[in-house]
Amino acid sequence: MKKSVFLGALTVAGLAAGAAAAGTLDDVKARGTLNCGVSTGLAGFSTPDANGEWQGFDVAVCRAVAAAVLDDPMAVEFVPTTGQTRFTALASGEIDLLARNTTWTFSRDNDLKFEFVGVNYYDGQGFMAPRELGVSSAKDLDGATVCIQTGTTTELNLADFFRSNNISYEPVPIETNAEAQQQYLAGACDVYTTDASGLAATRATFENPGDHVLLPEIISKEPLGPLVRHGDNEWGDIARWTLNALIAAEELGITSANIEELSAGTDNPEINRLLGTEGELGAMIGLDSDWAKRAIMAGGNYGELFEKNIGESTPIGLARGLNAQWTDGGLIYAPPFR
Amino acid sequence: MSDTHAQTVRYVRETMLPEREPPLAETGVIKWMRENLFSSWINAILTIVSLYIIFVVLSAIIPWLLNSVWDAESLTECREILAAQGLSSHDGACGAVLTARWHQLVFGYYPSELYWRPILALALFLVGIAPVLFANLPRQMLLVSAAVPFVCFWLLWGGSVWFPVMIALGFVLGYLAMVLVGKALSPLAGIIAAIVLPILYWIFLAGPLAAAMADVIPLRIEEVQSRAFGGFMLSVVIGLSAIILSLPLGILLALARQSNLFIIKTSAVVFIEVIRGVPLIVWLFTAQLLLNYFLPRGTNFDLTLRVIIMVTLFSSAYIAEVVRGGLAALPKGQYEGADSLGLDYWQSMRLIILPQALKISIPGIVNTFIGLFKDTTLVVFIGLFDPLGIAGAIRASTEWNGIYWELFVFIGLMFFIACYSMGRYSLYLEKKLQREHR
Repeated sequence: MKKSVFLGALTVAGLAAGAAAAGTLDDVKARGTLNCGVSTGLAGFSTPDANGEWQGFDVAVCRAVAAAVLDDPMAVEFVPTTGQTRFTALASGEIDLLARNTTWTFSRDNDLKFEFVGVNYYDGQGFMAPRELGVSSAKDLDGATVCIQTGTTTELNLADFFRSNNISYEPVPIETNAEAQQQYLAGACDVYTTDASGLAATRATFENPGDHVLLPEIISKEPLGPLVRHGDNEWGDIARWTLNALIAAEELGITSANIEELSAGTDNPEINRLLGTEGELGAMIGLDSDWAKRAIMAGGNYGELFEKNIGESTPIGLARGLNAQWTDGGLIYAPPFR
Repeated sequence: MSDTHAQTVRYVRETMLPEREPPLAETGVIKWMRENLFSSWINAILTIVSLYIIFVVLSAIIPWLLNSVWDAESLTECREILAAQGLSSHDGACGAVLTARWHQLVFGYYPSELYWRPILALALFLVGIAPVLFANLPRQMLLVSAAVPFVCFWLLWGGSVWFPVMIALGFVLGYLAMVLVGKALSPLAGIIAAIVLPILYWIFLAGPLAAAMADVIPLRIEEVQSRAFGGFMLSVVIGLSAIILSLPLGILLALARQSNLFIIKTSAVVFIEVIRGVPLIVWLFTAQLLLNYFLPRGTNFDLTLRVIIMVTLFSSAYIAEVVRGGLAALPKGQYEGADSLGLDYWQSMRLIILPQALKISIPGIVNTFIGLFKDTTLVVFIGLFDPLGIAGAIRASTEWNGIYWELFVFIGLMFFIACYSMGRYSLYLEKKLQREHR
């Protein structure tokens, strides 16, 4: 806590009002750290490890942006936010970037005045049921009791799904994912529904994961992505193209292992433009020419981040699915670096 | 004693019978059990049922604790170790999560090489609070108590030593203003000066002065962001600050509510009722969300500090009502007696009314404090890492996802120790201040 913090609060609001006129990029550079909003703890996406260091798929986005802007992937001040506090934290300027598996929706983008800079994970609501129940499709769930987190979009999706399929269900309202795991294992409900990534992560922690099946139906679209405030387009562009750089790097075959070699210059002009050996892309977004190289080196390309944090080799064990590159039949697609 | 005598009056026994042991049923354990556990057949049945329930509970818990696995890297490994012993995962606790993460539950994300600072701060705090809690210690120690909050603040947050020193100077300034202006003009002017001068000083002078001193003598330790605070340490910092700040504030509010001055009385009533009428969690959200909008962008007023202020205000409203109960319980004669001695308002309060009123209020005050201390766990909802928040974060790591009881038992134990000691202290104080039966 700095003294200016305490005294700043004591002084009347008007005194400091003029101070924040500069853009976010200048603020971040002047501060020397990126304030990045993350979840207070979500397996694989953002969680502090035993040393208190933040790890995860969302955290990696923050680190990449910090590396691009500040040349130091560790220069990130992580601000843990809850579902209720995340948007205020961003709107009030407490954080510069929110990477907290937030679903991109119309009203969040327009009514709350935010700007989603892309999608780093395509999620959707799914169902998990015990194998012994013998259901193979969510449409077989007539009359089932369903554990569901209250106050979420999943609750509304569930009601829509069952109504449109003309089957009945009995909801068991649950407050948190941890509670839901307990209730589901204790048999308080036949099925548990939440985002498919969450279901996979939850199932991975069970003693006998094989006793539970994820049903094939995905009943909603949940594109999760990082977001920034409306109105600072330069900063939004930096976040957007940092994410795109990670995605493009995977498509172009740039990994943290071969990036040094490739950045010496290659025959592929797009790789050269991305890594700054050709053209002036960095200058166009107010950074130097190495920005994308640093962002990729922070943790690897999109595919590497996926594999390391939530991929099939991790306990969470998510398949790429929709999150494969478009060349592999997925939805992950970066506009050209040109 | 003679035989003749014994023969003359044959119904009088003149020799003492030897002492005998009391009958087996009237002594020791058996007597106690008969009186306390099996005094009637219905009690006997209840005793047996209770014993059975206790047995069932303990026979589940004790093996679970005894079979704990303390050395493992993850929950899966814990389960494997238990399985290797032929046990299911419900037969043994996975204490390894505590071995691996206890430091986070206790200190949050405070830099581990600086753990000595919160520990030292706690030790200093205990030294500082001792003369307040126990009257038989030398009174000069109270000077140490006055300095302790600033030293603790410096130790916990770090940075330049001059900032807390300059803040502390404000209080000295206020005290001097009260004494000097009070003597020169009137006591009321003294009180006003004691409030206005330090505030002006803090706003305009303290910052530049601290910066200037830091330039001359740069005495600083590594700064720690309050975001790094977490776990039990965060609960203690919030809880103790709020407890210490809310007691004087609550007493003042209680007095203000009893005051004859209309504006003072009304504002106290409004304050207390508004604060009490709204749940703490709403105040916390106000601190977290609304203040962010009202403060100019970039001020970034420390969240922990905001929470401490809100919790303090909240508990001071409760303390005020508890103390008001104590004030109301005093017979009117005490007030009149104080007046008839010619004491002014503050003297009569300080010497006659408050000592008695506070004594009556002790159980209520401590009760409020215990509740307040446990309420600090509510900060988890605004994204601070109290012990429950840390438990959530630990569960979010892939190693420990799916673990519950071990963490909750540990957290519960820590809170129990803190709250139980507060309760015991309250009992001690009540006994010590017991005047009626001496």
